[in-house]
Amino acid sequence: MSNSPAIVVRNLNTYYGDRHILHDVNLTMERGEILVIMGGSGSGKTTFLNHLLGLLTPRSGDVELLGKNINRLNPLEMQNLRTQTGVAFQSGALFSSMTVAENIALPLEEYTDLDPQTIAIITRLKLEVVSLAGFGGLMPAELSGGMIKRAALARAIATDPHILFCDEPSAGLDPVVASGIDDLLLKLRDALGMSIVVVTHDLDSTFKIADRICILDKGRILAHDTPAVIRQSSDERIQDLLNRRQHETRVDPTTYLSRLLGR
Amino acid sequence: MLAKLFPWLEKLGRRAADGVAEVGFATTLLGESFYWLFSGHRRHQAVHLHQVIQQCMEIGIYALPIISILSAAIGLMLAIQGLYTLGIFGAQSYIPLGVGLPVVREFSPLITGILVAGRSGSALAARLGTMQINQEIDALTVMGISPVRFLVVPPVLAMVIMMPLLVMWSNIVSISAAAFYVSFDLGVSVQSFLRAIPYYLKVDDVLHGLGKSMFFAVLIAIIGVINGLMVKGGAEGVGRMTTRAVVHSISAIVLTDMIFAFIVTR
Repeated sequence: MSNSPAIVVRNLNTYYGDRHILHDVNLTMERGEILVIMGGSGSGKTTFLNHLLGLLTPRSGDVELLGKNINRLNPLEMQNLRTQTGVAFQSGALFSSMTVAENIALPLEEYTDLDPQTIAIITRLKLEVVSLAGFGGLMPAELSGGMIKRAALARAIATDPHILFCDEPSAGLDPVVASGIDDLLLKLRDALGMSIVVVTHDLDSTFKIADRICILDKGRILAHDTPAVIRQSSDERIQDLLNRRQHETRVDPTTYLSRLLGR
Repeated sequence: MLAKLFPWLEKLGRRAADGVAEVGFATTLLGESFYWLFSGHRRHQAVHLHQVIQQCMEIGIYALPIISILSAAIGLMLAIQGLYTLGIFGAQSYIPLGVGLPVVREFSPLITGILVAGRSGSALAARLGTMQINQEIDALTVMGISPVRFLVVPPVLAMVIMMPLLVMWSNIVSISAAAFYVSFDLGVSVQSFLRAIPYYLKVDDVLHGLGKSMFFAVLIAIIGVINGLMVKGGAEGVGRMTTRAVVHSISAIVLTDMIFAFIVTR
């Protein structure tokens, strides 16, 4: 099991109602890698991430984390697997009724037999790591957007998970703190061998941290390769994304007129 | 084709299907709550006692002042109306029966239920709804912490524990308030009124009220939870579902009360 890839996705197809969102997605991510998932709005990034997190059930296809098919695990096995993953949501998703320190301590209290003093020390350590030392006693409502993201990251790495998922970790952060988050992700990979999946739009961050980049477009994987190969890709849509150009799509005049008239 | 001819029929069918789905969701949640309560420790996810105590404080202890005020008002109102009605027949000496029986069998469970629905049922729906739109419930799920065990069981259990206690307190306050009014109006002693209460009331009457209050507790908690978890569409959705939770809880309490009275009394 320890040699199995961190993530394997096979023929993943998902729908919202009749709308086909992800088309036959296949992807493998090795352990100790940083995989950056990119794509324009509506490309299916969030849906893909939610499938990797097991929050959605695919219409067809398989998702394996650490060698285990998450759609075939019994609840106890799934619970055990979840203790080996950490997630930093885009909005932070900190528990608003708990302090920042209590948020970070929660997974430790739930899944370890550590005494409260040790948990408090680990919590302070994680706050130091994300440059939030001294803010543990604040409520999430008292934090800025950037601080919420960092606190969420601290909670996600509280138990030193094997796989870390980060949704837009540097969006809304000032460049210095954003760069600090990138450095932290690189350290987590190098020091702990953590496998990290990052969903982001930030190109600077992407090329700084990514071992591999997966580009999604309209629910299909357009490219999945190293940053160097992606940068040299001749695909027009990839170059549009990398050079922040809007992709021009030809619109049929009749369709356009019907759309304006609301027919 | 049929849907185009009779759009109201399609709407009715969809609403009926949604209603059945909601009842199914509520039943599943209740079943899951029992599962986590009795088997959570086997999955290293025992229900935390401190969370249950905290909810008991929120639902029960902090509600005591308002419950006391309303119960006293109900006791006084029943004493005033009872003395007036019994006075028509010259039977004012039966006032302990006229107040005691409706208080312990109907008024205390009903007024406490409505108050807890408005106070704690709405808070539960709003809290879970806000957590839902802030992805806090997703955050719990991906941590491997069951949202049902962590968020649903403590308030459900606390409500089932606290409702009968609140109803008992409401009984005491209502009857005491009535005793003071009757003492003042008829010039009899408070003690003589209170001594007459056990003479007219049976233990079954008190248990009738306490028993149904436990049903009300489950209804308020589960309705609050399902409305909170069904929130969609931001702050407006939270407001809409919170209102819905209160309206559904109160309706469910009144209807259950009627059914309970029919089954148990006849």
